[in-house]
Amino acid sequence: MTTVLPERGSGGERPGGQEAGALGVADHLAMFDAAIAADERIEPRDWMPDKYRSGLIRQIAQHAHSEIIGMQPEANWITRAPSLRRKAILIAKVQDEAGHGLYLYSAAETLGADRDDLLDKLHTGRQRYSSIFNYPTLTWADVGAVGWLVDGAAITNQVPLCRCSYGPYARAMVRVCKEESFHQRQGYELLLALSRGTPAQHAMAQDAVDRWWWPSLMMFGPPDAESSHSAQSMAWKIKRHSNDELRQRFVDICVPQAEALGLTLPDPDLRWNEERGVHDFGAIDWSEFQEVLRGNGPCNEQRVTQRRTAHENGAWVREAAAAYAAKQAARTAADTTDAGAAHPAGADSTGPEQHTEGGPAV
Amino acid sequence: MSAYEQPPGGGTPGPEHRAALALGDDALVLAQRLGEWAGHAPVLEEDVALSNIALDLLGQARTLLSLAGDEDELAYLREEREFRNVQLVEQPNGDFADTIARQLYFSVHQELLYGQLAGGRGELAELAAKAVKETAYHRDHAEQWTLRLGDGTAESRRRMQSALDGLWRYTGELFQPVEGVPADWEALASGWRNVVGAVIEQATLAVPEGPQSSAWSAGTGRQGVHTEAFGRMLAEMQHLHRSHPGASW
Repeated sequence: MTTVLPERGSGGERPGGQEAGALGVADHLAMFDAAIAADERIEPRDWMPDKYRSGLIRQIAQHAHSEIIGMQPEANWITRAPSLRRKAILIAKVQDEAGHGLYLYSAAETLGADRDDLLDKLHTGRQRYSSIFNYPTLTWADVGAVGWLVDGAAITNQVPLCRCSYGPYARAMVRVCKEESFHQRQGYELLLALSRGTPAQHAMAQDAVDRWWWPSLMMFGPPDAESSHSAQSMAWKIKRHSNDELRQRFVDICVPQAEALGLTLPDPDLRWNEERGVHDFGAIDWSEFQEVLRGNGPCNEQRVTQRRTAHENGAWVREAAAAYAAKQAARTAADTTDAGAAHPAGADSTGPEQHTEGGPAV
Repeated sequence: MSAYEQPPGGGTPGPEHRAALALGDDALVLAQRLGEWAGHAPVLEEDVALSNIALDLLGQARTLLSLAGDEDELAYLREEREFRNVQLVEQPNGDFADTIARQLYFSVHQELLYGQLAGGRGELAELAAKAVKETAYHRDHAEQWTLRLGDGTAESRRRMQSALDGLWRYTGELFQPVEGVPADWEALASGWRNVVGAVIEQATLAVPEGPQSSAWSAGTGRQGVHTEAFGRMLAEMQHLHRSHPGASW
């Protein structure tokens, strides 16, 4: 904790943070508010309001879920990638996404959440993931459109999160954003190759952009007037910009990129507004957004089912790893006892080589 | 001989060319199988690990196939009878134990083979020197999971034994001499049996007893005779590339 308020209470032993020891809740809250106002980072053992904790757990978990559900639309093309170079890039990208999921679950666990419990909430539909991953990847060009637009929107959303008030989340986002911007450039480059390729490839790229443009704009969430969590998130500096601000920023970035790609964006109302110095764009179909959020998008059921099936099919593997780890621990304990008898000092006895700590190898 | 079996400059394929094709196809086909796991692994850490291994193998395949010609032409435009991989690597993923057994058998083979080749000269030796480090990691991963599954629960033990038994008859082909690969094949076979046998025993399982080949699997993958599942795998892998002749990606 790097704070100018060294007395800021530790809430580490009581994740609920209700009982505050010598200091009253009001004192802790005042110190928390002062830390937020001073742009300091809140760390896992610091006192924090219950709603700050629970809101962050929800947000980080849903972010983690998005990473792992987001593996599916792209993994859909690994076996069919049209060149070995593209196949390697795609495998590396999907691997990175699994890694991002892992960083983010770890960040959520610093708040007292449990990864298995969060996964269970995903599998039973009690927690969400980004609505964008409920759209299908129908052609190879979709892999490029997802990289350019979906990762582009994600980066626009996530770069400000690198300055989010909760330290572990902010640090995870620094790592995630570096890799994401790499993916985004690769997606752009994929589309560029198609756009400049044969007429059939160009048409494939245009069709993909036409299908992914509006869903990507929806990734920034509902309009500011209807965003339920925004005000509190902004006050706590979890969020730094409003949904509409970020959406506008994204549109302004994409328009020249689309021109450079030689592709059009499917919006007849899209034009530069000289007065405002930004692009005007058409109305988003929020009824579609609501439908997808309600579980009625093209792939909602398929995505969750695949995730749940992978988890259920893997249960015997996880049980085996746990059983093996327990046996190894018991053997090590037995060996230590034996060694202890032979060498009373015990401490520097060299036990048998330990093969594993029980966790899956990475 | 098909057009795609010819070396880059034309002419008759030499032993180095045949060697690069055989080892390159092994790596390519196994990478393709592992790529099917993405998003389906038992834990997220395994999604990372299996993609990591797939990526290493794909990198090896690209280097090797480039020694023999154009990597994409070789990967996407040859038909079933022109692939030179061993039948072991084309076997379907099955359950996690089947995948681990296949990984154990193949990665021990690859580590020992590349270990031998790394001491030699030429492009194959250079590739082997780099790849043997990756392969040691792949072997360790497969070994650790063989121990966990074999010495885990009754269920995992049953599945691991069944996977080892089922794939056993595809292992003989790993020791069939390949033209252009300057290996001591007998030493490879006995080294492989020692390493694999020790892992299986440590996992409290039984070393399979049946033959290490069947009437149709002894060295036939290297001659372009494959199992039925292989054609379907290639159809999926090559479909898009073949649908756009001459396009670049």
